[in-house]
Amino acid sequence: MLLTMTAAAALMLLQQAPAEDVDWDAEFGVEEERRDPVTGELPVDPYVQDNSNAGAEPYDSARLAAAFGGQLGIQRIAERTVELSEADPRIAEIFVAHDMVRLKRTLGEQFCYLLDAGCDYTGRDMKSSHAGLGVTRSDMNALVENLQAAMGEADVPFAAQNKLLARLAPMSRDVIER
Amino acid sequence: MRRLILASPLWLSPALLAQPLFAEDAPRQEPTAAPKIAYSPVLVPDDATATATPPGSGRDTAAVGDIAPADERSSVGSGIPHIEVFQGGKLLLTNGITTVEGPSGGGIATWATIGGREMGGGIGISGNVTAIELPDFGWRSFGGAIGVGDRIELSYQRQSFDTRTAGAALGLGEGYTFNQDIYGAKLRLLGDAVYGPSMLPQFALGVEYKRNLDGPVIALLGASDDESVDYTFSATKLLLEHSLLVNATARLTKANQLGLLGFGSAQDGCQLQFEGSLAYMLSRRAVIGAEYRSKPDNLGLGEDDWMDIFAAYALTKNITLTAAYVDLGSIATFEDQRGGYLQAQVAF
Repeated sequence: MLLTMTAAAALMLLQQAPAEDVDWDAEFGVEEERRDPVTGELPVDPYVQDNSNAGAEPYDSARLAAAFGGQLGIQRIAERTVELSEADPRIAEIFVAHDMVRLKRTLGEQFCYLLDAGCDYTGRDMKSSHAGLGVTRSDMNALVENLQAAMGEADVPFAAQNKLLARLAPMSRDVIER
Repeated sequence: MRRLILASPLWLSPALLAQPLFAEDAPRQEPTAAPKIAYSPVLVPDDATATATPPGSGRDTAAVGDIAPADERSSVGSGIPHIEVFQGGKLLLTNGITTVEGPSGGGIATWATIGGREMGGGIGISGNVTAIELPDFGWRSFGGAIGVGDRIELSYQRQSFDTRTAGAALGLGEGYTFNQDIYGAKLRLLGDAVYGPSMLPQFALGVEYKRNLDGPVIALLGASDDESVDYTFSATKLLLEHSLLVNATARLTKANQLGLLGFGSAQDGCQLQFEGSLAYMLSRRAVIGAEYRSKPDNLGLGEDDWMDIFAAYALTKNITLTAAYVDLGSIATFEDQRGGYLQAQVAF
């Protein structure tokens, strides 16, 4: 026993500490993803951009877009929804290690497109953008509550809020996985 | 184990030495600190010029997240389905209120909703007290329901119908009270009241076993049975675009005044009846609506269809208060029974 301890201690002392400036990513062949210096977004695999990826037909109502505060208001609601969800212990895990910069932009584009506020949706379709996230109906409910909170903070009338939710709710087919 | 380690000095990191090296067959244990999961490293723009730094010192934090303990939120990896008890999760008011017969729904119409606030993988409960004040009668009922996975609902409701002075006129004695127990079960078949295709409602099949506790009296009134089973088939959908909830229910029943006056008669048996509800959402917490319920007239006492207009308010996510104006028509030959309905429901 004592011999073992002595041998172990000696061997530990003999070990060399790794050099300070080792690039471990290179050692293990991990490729770094660099954020785009302009947009701040991480690169994604190529896909075909199309408004049909938004997952629903847009409204045709200038009044509805105005109720959401136009493009700027809609973008702020989308960003706020993502922020609330990242801080929501019920669903925060889903967002970990995903590109929140890109999500805020594409979610805002999707809302903006569906509400006919003059945007094109450039994100991926609902099925591939949610693939493997394991989203449940409970998670959807939590997101809906956060979106409702964001819309409430922006003083969007409740009936108008529901019009947006009406376009989003059927997407559960592609979003909910379990 | 020990020999293997000694033969491979490169393995002798401090972390390994911290393990019970001296136990002959001690399995290598995982570190006790919260496990981490690593994703592709993310370079934060501000740090892009910085030189390499050790893991955990800031540069890599955005790419490393805590793994939730397996027993806290998900069943991933545990192999055992995890059941959330009273954790809630339903959107406000989507568990409905409690009908006068116990299942979740509107005030007088059963909906395809499941009581309790649970979602899939959870268990929820609800309890209610309900009072209806009519010109000649008083109604009290209370009960509870258990919801399992937003799929199955089991309910119980005790109804008491006080005939007050009308009891004397009917020869029953003043204040004679009819009592009934209703045991219900409801199964959500398919569809979703909130999500999914906007034209596909949530469907549910329900059974209600009703047991009237005043057998001798209702036999005198002409009812053929003091117990019976109602079957309901409901479709419910929230039309978000219009902030409108629509419900339709078909009910196969023999009940006279829900069963408080027994079931069927010498002439009449099971009949198909209809229940409908329309509700408009004013806010997340408030909803107003109207309901209609057709009823048979097995006893020939001029039993009328019921209707109500109601307002429900979710005081908190657990407490829902409902007030309604009800028109119950003729009850036991006493006409124009219109009055107020109040219900308090607690749900977890």
